[in-house]
Amino acid sequence: MLEKLLSGPKSYYLWLLFLLCVIGLCCIAYAIQLTTGLGVTGLNRDVSWGLYISQFTYFVGVAASAVMLVLPAYFHHYVKFKRMIIFGEFMAVAAVVMCALFIVVDLGQPQRAANVLLHPTPNSVMFYDMIVLIGYLCLNIIIGWTTLEAERLQVDPPKWIKPLVYLSIIWAFSIHTVTAFLYAGVPGRHYWLTAIMAARFLSSAFCSGPAILLLLLFVVRRLTGFNPGKEAIHTLATIIVYAMCVNVFFYCLELFTSFYSNIPGHMEPIHFLFYGHGGELAWVSYFMWAAVIMAFASLAILIPPQTRSGKYLPLALIMLVLASWIDKGLGLLIGGFTPNMYESFTAYMPTGIEITVAIGVYAIGLLVLSLLWKIALGVKRDVGNFCD
Amino acid sequence: MNGDRRKFLKVAGLSAFALTSGLAGLGLPTKANAQLAPGEYGHGDATVHAKRWAMVIDTRQFKSADDYKPLIEACHKAHNVPDIPGDKTIKWLWLDTYEHVFPDDMNEHMSDRVKGAFYPLLCNHCTNPPCVRVCPTQATYKMADGIVAMDYHRCIGCRFCMAGCPYGARSFNFYDPRKYMKEPTNPRFPTRMIGVVEKCTFCAERLAQGLQPACVEAAKGKILFGDLEDPNSSVRKALAANYSIRRKPNLGTQPGVYYLI
Repeated sequence: MLEKLLSGPKSYYLWLLFLLCVIGLCCIAYAIQLTTGLGVTGLNRDVSWGLYISQFTYFVGVAASAVMLVLPAYFHHYVKFKRMIIFGEFMAVAAVVMCALFIVVDLGQPQRAANVLLHPTPNSVMFYDMIVLIGYLCLNIIIGWTTLEAERLQVDPPKWIKPLVYLSIIWAFSIHTVTAFLYAGVPGRHYWLTAIMAARFLSSAFCSGPAILLLLLFVVRRLTGFNPGKEAIHTLATIIVYAMCVNVFFYCLELFTSFYSNIPGHMEPIHFLFYGHGGELAWVSYFMWAAVIMAFASLAILIPPQTRSGKYLPLALIMLVLASWIDKGLGLLIGGFTPNMYESFTAYMPTGIEITVAIGVYAIGLLVLSLLWKIALGVKRDVGNFCD
Repeated sequence: MNGDRRKFLKVAGLSAFALTSGLAGLGLPTKANAQLAPGEYGHGDATVHAKRWAMVIDTRQFKSADDYKPLIEACHKAHNVPDIPGDKTIKWLWLDTYEHVFPDDMNEHMSDRVKGAFYPLLCNHCTNPPCVRVCPTQATYKMADGIVAMDYHRCIGCRFCMAGCPYGARSFNFYDPRKYMKEPTNPRFPTRMIGVVEKCTFCAERLAQGLQPACVEAAKGKILFGDLEDPNSSVRKALAANYSIRRKPNLGTQPGVYYLI
């Protein structure tokens, strides 16, 4: 199937070339970070994790979200999803690759990363995170590739793939649960010390991941004519709106517990995120309010069935993705570290180099995704499972 | 290509292969290998032992922030702690106000002496250290005598321990620390490299020589250091006779540093 990568319109090669150029430029930024140290980032003694780890967290969610296609298709035999399942699985592969890279660029001594495996530490959540992510990557590559190969040969997938698919469904929940445990088991970080963290992570993943998938598929539809099917899109949009409602509900639960209990440690991070410190809004406050507005605006469009499948669907999905990204990709880490361990305030803002390195990882993820989807689209076109 | 050059390249290539593949170390008995005795490393004769090391700081005897200066200097000098300005700094022993050191115990009407004073902060060497729990490589670990130690050569710099420590006791080398060190460095303690985490060690290396920790020595009796499990130790006697507090006791970490207020 790899031969599908070798043919394509000029725009396909230009896109790959563009991505490679972006990756090359961003590698320079990483080289600077590698030689001068993480001092080039906005991180500091009090805010010791930032953009990289938050992006890692967000993309674990994106990876896990593939289960929103796999579960209905395999547990409920919802055949309408079968055409686009492979895109979810391949997006999960790209997302896990990005997760791994975001961890590596965050390490102070990346050449020692193998120490996690050389000195396995069962009491560390990070050890389990590494195991579940590697496992999930393998599962999705094996399942995705095998089912696509079967589709190409127009035969049923081999029987041994079924148990792996069922395993991958449970595994998807585990990767984001374990990622939430990175945060939720740490004493003294008030914003993270909440039993609902894993549930919040999953709900936010199950709305934002499929939303990203749908948006990307809309782009692909415009470029290639591939159509995932009207009913499939509508069903996935319904799943997205349920997950988003749960996500917003869970966040409100956090607000209730923090503010009704009136415990300062629980209120202060949320207060900082939305109102800043000392009467002045923090830069992240503007993002947080934008997230609130976009979250409710997206729900306003997505909840009524008429507008859910209408022309405003892409807009609603974009707002939903941005809102969930701000909540998990910015607020989670900044709220966790501010106020700091002395209940005082240390500012964090990612630097240009930090953002450039992150863009580089995004570009690598897009490259992996483009190549995998190119193969999938080629096979779908060959066997006539391309549009209605 | 002439013969000599070819011969040289052959030898050079083989040597490089032997070095990189570890062959050189495996087959041939080197001087370093010969010096390594079989078995495990133990304690030296001079080592002072304890079941659980603990520290009691009598903050009442320190009148101002200046009184702590010799302690901090002694610590930072003994451990080659770099002097990095800004918020990416390295701290082993430092000062802060009551409000920041004991945020859960603060009330705005407490005496000016308590509220206005500075208090020393360092690693608490917890009985249940969250940093050890979260470290994915066991680069930070608890020793049998309760000291939470670091292996700077195993640390991958993931900084999970910094997120895990509720006391902000850990520092990350955002820059090459050797560029920020005051000359001359102490050759008896290793300097660190860029990209690893470090913190106070309760002077495990000095205890191994039968010495008290550097800050305790410099405090001239105002800080006590001893075995918490021994009822006759100086720390136990001080705790029995005085009112003491610890930082964030509600987290269940069981800090090993006590403050007499």
